[in-house]
Amino acid sequence: MSVETASPTLAPAQAAPVDTRMASLRAIYIIWYRDILRYWRDRWRLVASLAQPLLFLLVFGSGLSSSLGGAFGRGTGISYIQFMYPGIIGMSILFTAIFGAMSIVWDREFGFLKEVLVAPIDRWAVAIGKALGGTTQAMIQGLILLVLAPFVGVKLSLLTVLAIVPLAAVLAFGLASFGVMLASMMKSLQGFQVVMNFLMMPMFFLSGALFPLQGLPDWMTWLTRIDPASYGIDPLRRVVLSDSGLSKSAIDGFALTIAGQVLPIPLEVGVMLAFGLVLLGIAVVMFQRRD
Amino acid sequence: MAETVIEAKSLVKKYGDLEAVAGIDLEVHAGEIFGFLGPNGAGKSTTISMLCTLLTPTSGVARVAGIDVVHDPAAVRQRIGLVFQDPSLDDQLTGRENLEFHAFVYSVPAQDRRRRIDEMLDLLQLSDRAASQVKTYSGGMKRRLEIARGMLHQPQILFLDEPTLGLDPQTRTSIWTHLNELRSAKGVTIFMTTHYMDEAEYCDRIAIIDRGKIVALGTPEELKGMVGGDVVTITSSKPDAAEREIKELLGVTPARDNGSLRMEVPDGKAFVPRLVRELQAPVDTVSLRRPSLDDVFLKLTGRVIRDEEVSARDRNRAMASRWMGRRR
Repeated sequence: MSVETASPTLAPAQAAPVDTRMASLRAIYIIWYRDILRYWRDRWRLVASLAQPLLFLLVFGSGLSSSLGGAFGRGTGISYIQFMYPGIIGMSILFTAIFGAMSIVWDREFGFLKEVLVAPIDRWAVAIGKALGGTTQAMIQGLILLVLAPFVGVKLSLLTVLAIVPLAAVLAFGLASFGVMLASMMKSLQGFQVVMNFLMMPMFFLSGALFPLQGLPDWMTWLTRIDPASYGIDPLRRVVLSDSGLSKSAIDGFALTIAGQVLPIPLEVGVMLAFGLVLLGIAVVMFQRRD
Repeated sequence: MAETVIEAKSLVKKYGDLEAVAGIDLEVHAGEIFGFLGPNGAGKSTTISMLCTLLTPTSGVARVAGIDVVHDPAAVRQRIGLVFQDPSLDDQLTGRENLEFHAFVYSVPAQDRRRRIDEMLDLLQLSDRAASQVKTYSGGMKRRLEIARGMLHQPQILFLDEPTLGLDPQTRTSIWTHLNELRSAKGVTIFMTTHYMDEAEYCDRIAIIDRGKIVALGTPEELKGMVGGDVVTITSSKPDAAEREIKELLGVTPARDNGSLRMEVPDGKAFVPRLVRELQAPVDTVSLRRPSLDDVFLKLTGRVIRDEEVSARDRNRAMASRWMGRRR
């Protein structure tokens, strides 16, 4: 047996004990960074994910706008396409955040997750890194759509844009956390279609992205108020439309209400944040169980 | 005797009633290449997973780098490098980016990162392709990158689970050359599983595992010594008659294997002329060779090691990549 090779390079690995808290922070950073790197590298995905909102706005929005005519705004001057525009930004954030975070399932399927899970880091770092990665991708995606504002008759001031950024971030974070939690419970790609059809689509339709959430049948009113995305898309809409010369009552006429009361934006933000934090907490617990 | 870096005592892993690993004892010494050899489903991967802290043993003790695998798995993981049976690279990233990711999650000090990554790329001869995305790499390059990655945080022990599975023979040889180089350059202990008998010959010591138990442990030469002398194999158009005659006239009991007769004899050179002279049954071919590890396995278990079939996981992955097309 040849053992003549025990060289001094062995020493450093044992000498430096690792601060696990710092290690986990570094891990969050690199997991996040990898997702951003992959996002920028996949130009086709970027283009494809902009095509869908454009299609919605141009075809669905224009079509419905002209057939509804003035009937939509009840004389307040708001057109359907103006109403829909912030909803489409919300839609883009919703899908990008959930898909981005659910890339964990792909990582599992293609083996890379193993490299992450066996590393000497805390498992919660993986969940948080992935949630932040999904959040960032969705924010970028949503904010890119702001350049379309002039084409749909929406005016934006710099101040408004600055207010939109944190709102987009909160919506993105809540949904990315949701995605991480879903991914932590899925062992393979098989469940993916189910999630898409039975969770994401209803979540999108009930979120107020496409139609106002007032004056609906009772059962639907309930479902829309349970949908967490409603609490992220509503403040986004109210802020995006705030510079377009519409009266406050016109905007409030479409806002999310509970028992007839328009919800204050900070409350909505609080609901969304709480939703995100609770789901991320569940995801962390799920990840910590060894598999 | 060198320091013991891996130690297992009565290691057991049960899944319900099934005993995947049925009490394993072994010691691996610093600086050796230790091979874990056995057929598919023998318990190789389960054992290596317990040593790497990926699975918790049902009972028994294992210490890796002096640390109990159940008691402090994170400390064990910091001191070992892993190369998995299934691919675990991000093929959208470049080779260097994969290594950078690893350096971060294994807390390689910032000032050492670049130097160590360059050194490993150089050792595994990947420097010129480091800036290419991994999806453009060949199977052998991916394996080398995984080995480079496993060594990046300067582990004491490198664990490899079937590192040459699915590679062509030439690439397999080059992987072995690299592993030997790593051992001399870095003094790392290498623990690997394989079901390729010929590869086990590169190891300093081998444990042969079957049905969850170690059936033999020693250097390749020691193990081959367990087979008495030489191996003579004949084929005959009348194998039944030949078998009977060999028993009666030569006092040797041959083993039937797919129509050929195989026997172990102390002195093959003297045995073959006698065989041909005395047998009435027709002898079509005769071969004489030194025993291989295949013969050792056959002798110990009565079975032949076969090539692994495509695993269910590989099939799933192929399906997934077809289905998802561009996303990956």
